[in-house]
Amino acid sequence: MPQNARPLSPHLQIYRWPLSMALSILHRATGIALAVGLLLVVWLLLSLASGPESYAVARAFCASWLGLVLLFAWSWALFFHLCNGVRHLFWDIGVGFAKAQAQRSAFVVVAASLLLTALVWICVIAQGGVA
Amino acid sequence: MSTPGMDRANLRTPLKDVRGLGSAKSGTRHFIVQRVTGIALALLTIWIVGFVLTLVHAGDYLHARELLRHTFAAVWLIAFIVMAFWHAQLGLQVVIEDYVHTSWLEMLSQIAVKFVCAGAALTGVVAVIRIAMGA
Repeated sequence: MPQNARPLSPHLQIYRWPLSMALSILHRATGIALAVGLLLVVWLLLSLASGPESYAVARAFCASWLGLVLLFAWSWALFFHLCNGVRHLFWDIGVGFAKAQAQRSAFVVVAASLLLTALVWICVIAQGGVA
Repeated sequence: MSTPGMDRANLRTPLKDVRGLGSAKSGTRHFIVQRVTGIALALLTIWIVGFVLTLVHAGDYLHARELLRHTFAAVWLIAFIVMAFWHAQLGLQVVIEDYVHTSWLEMLSQIAVKFVCAGAALTGVVAVIRIAMGA
């Protein structure tokens, strides 16, 4: 078919990565990760409803190395997706589209997500850890 | 893939065929629901983070259950679960639309995402209700 012979527009690997492109991809990636994390939230609630033994198992998993790494990653993913989501909402009402503004808001989003993650884990450690 | 309408006997363009039939009606619905659930989640998440920190602080099983027995906590948690899975399901739908191009596999994964999200959301809601009712 003649349509297939036409040149295609260049795809992702052609471009040097601007920050906003990395953030766009991260928004999607963190969204997928958070959907999986939601299943853990349901598991935790289910264990709490099922009795002390199952709750102890769930807590032990959260306090394990794998659990802590996952919780830390998810907490950052949550704050990043939240902050970048707010950035998207501003775009939706037509605010902040200029290249310089988008660049600045990208920095704000990354900084805010790291700050909030640090804040939450400082609170957790101050309370004596997850377990 | 052939362009629809181009291989037909008449020379009408595809656009001419659909003109006057009205809008697709639900065309922007996905977009709007994604934003509305997003706004709800942004508000709910602030409370959820605080609640999770309180749960961590509470430590033992009985104290954790006591925290969830408050009506406000149960309502807020159920709202969070429903909004989060609704939002997740809409987002995952777009991801699958974008990356899965094998027709039967796309349909299968789309249905699987809907089922898993609905099932997990219902499980979470029932768990919260059980704790709130002390059962």
